[in-house]
Amino acid sequence: MSPAADLVRQSAAVLAEAIAAGEVSSREVTQAHLERIVDVDDRVHAFLHVDAQGALEAADAVDRARAAGDALGPLAGVPIAVKDVLATRGMPTTCGSRILEGWQPPYDATVVERLRGAGIVILGKTNMDEFAMGSSTEHSAYGPTHNPWDLTRIPGGSGGGSAAAVASFESPLAIGTDTGGSIRQPAAVTGTVGVKPTYGGVSRYGLVALASSLDQAGPCTRTVMDAALLHSVIGGHDPRDSTSIPEPMPDVVAAAQRADVRGMRIGLVRELSGEGYQAGVLQRFTEAVAILEDLGAEVVEVSCPHFDYALGAYYLILPSECSSNLARFDGMRYGLRAGDNGDRSVEEVMSLTREAGFGAEVKRRIMLGTYALSSGYYDAYYGQAQKVRTLIQRDFAAAFDQVDVLISPTAPTTAFRLGEKVDDPLAMYLNDVATIPVNLAGNCALSLPVGLAPEDGLPVGLQVMAPALADDRLYLVGAALEGALRDRWGHLLIEEAPAL
Amino acid sequence: MSAITRGEVAHLARLARLALDDDELDHYAAQLDVILQSVARVTEVAADDIPPTSHPVPLVNVYRDDEVRPSLAQSEALAAAPAVEDGRFRVPRILDEE
Repeated sequence: MSPAADLVRQSAAVLAEAIAAGEVSSREVTQAHLERIVDVDDRVHAFLHVDAQGALEAADAVDRARAAGDALGPLAGVPIAVKDVLATRGMPTTCGSRILEGWQPPYDATVVERLRGAGIVILGKTNMDEFAMGSSTEHSAYGPTHNPWDLTRIPGGSGGGSAAAVASFESPLAIGTDTGGSIRQPAAVTGTVGVKPTYGGVSRYGLVALASSLDQAGPCTRTVMDAALLHSVIGGHDPRDSTSIPEPMPDVVAAAQRADVRGMRIGLVRELSGEGYQAGVLQRFTEAVAILEDLGAEVVEVSCPHFDYALGAYYLILPSECSSNLARFDGMRYGLRAGDNGDRSVEEVMSLTREAGFGAEVKRRIMLGTYALSSGYYDAYYGQAQKVRTLIQRDFAAAFDQVDVLISPTAPTTAFRLGEKVDDPLAMYLNDVATIPVNLAGNCALSLPVGLAPEDGLPVGLQVMAPALADDRLYLVGAALEGALRDRWGHLLIEEAPAL
Repeated sequence: MSAITRGEVAHLARLARLALDDDELDHYAAQLDVILQSVARVTEVAADDIPPTSHPVPLVNVYRDDEVRPSLAQSEALAAAPAVEDGRFRVPRILDEE
């Protein structure tokens, strides 16, 4: 298996098998991806930091282990890109913010530790909206990422860098984080696969917190099987995260292999369709529903009446939690410090540091959260939003009494143009309307590509939602649908992306 | 809900330790008002008898054994500090001068 141009177009599963079989070395695979990054990332800007030396050293370690006859993990030697919100020891971790420019964490996040332990090769850190606040990467302090399908368009956000790295064949795998859709919406608009695992299914230790009750790390890939393989590496209980679920995780790889929806009941969520959704998105979604029926699933319509209130609840709960979490950036122990001239008080220096270090969207959400939590407004805003959260959990519970999984379009539109919504926060927030309910309830969801919208030729994503701890169902449905579409097209959708 | 004023934004900025300039105060006053009006819809359905949910996983009282474990060396903890003095974080004055 070579030349390098072919290596970057393979799935992680194929690469891992070839490495394990000695057909190609991890160094060759890693080198091919590093070259691809050099070739295209000046236009895509998926990466904030590339660690070529560290990646090649990790690759060599896998090659040595193989030569010595050591047992290799299922993704050993395969490269990955990690969203810059996860702590990486000795490698910059900026969260897309000036306030952490140049910061090198003294420890690895659990997810990163598990990647390294599995012999997965970390290529570098990917671009994101500052502190994961946004749907376009335009709120990154280091400039936006560009969508590989059309460089004038957004790659989604906040994990646009991870999705674009995978979509542009710079990396077969990436890690994203999803607080309100930041893995799934970028997957949808870049024609890739993204999974938000069950809350508590993947450790948050070392994940720089946006909203602690919503954040969850997960896989970004080009195939459903690759997502399952990566999910099984990073998932499972971690005693260092007190919200980590102390139960075995379902066998997601076996589910992706089974790829079978016969006899499954699938619910179409009435509230996540219709008005506000682009015609071509709905057209491709409807076609995918027909395929699921052909494959032997029973599709019924279900109603989740409180989903209409999810966006409002989310934009009270998230700012409240983020205003608390981001209080740690005070310029005292790490990161930027501004205005410390020897005369100013600690309060003045903190205020000047945060003013200089945070971008507009971060300040907006910190103030929104400060308002929602302030005396006299707490009950009216944060308290009410928490009740809506209960209602959304009840909607899901009632729906899952009737069906095994729910489906919807992942995002209401295809990728919009860079600059189109950056000055209109409410319009930007609406991108998350279909992805947010899952985060509020804590269950799991997967997005996979189901075609190109006829009106603009851009990818459309379909979202599968399952109950908490039933992540395997995502892969049963996702892999079955992916397989049927692949049979129809003769290839994966991503292979239709323009050459860069 | 009443419109959010420029003075309220200035108060919030003080609470949040953000030294906003005048332009930002005007800009955010208008934007926060629009956003809050939009999200205030939650009050339409949040009846008194519905319990709040603060967290999706019903785990309570997660304990670990109280044992000494390795931690960062002092040099590692201080390595990223903006200012260090005598092996400690150096910070601006915390008390007002009397």
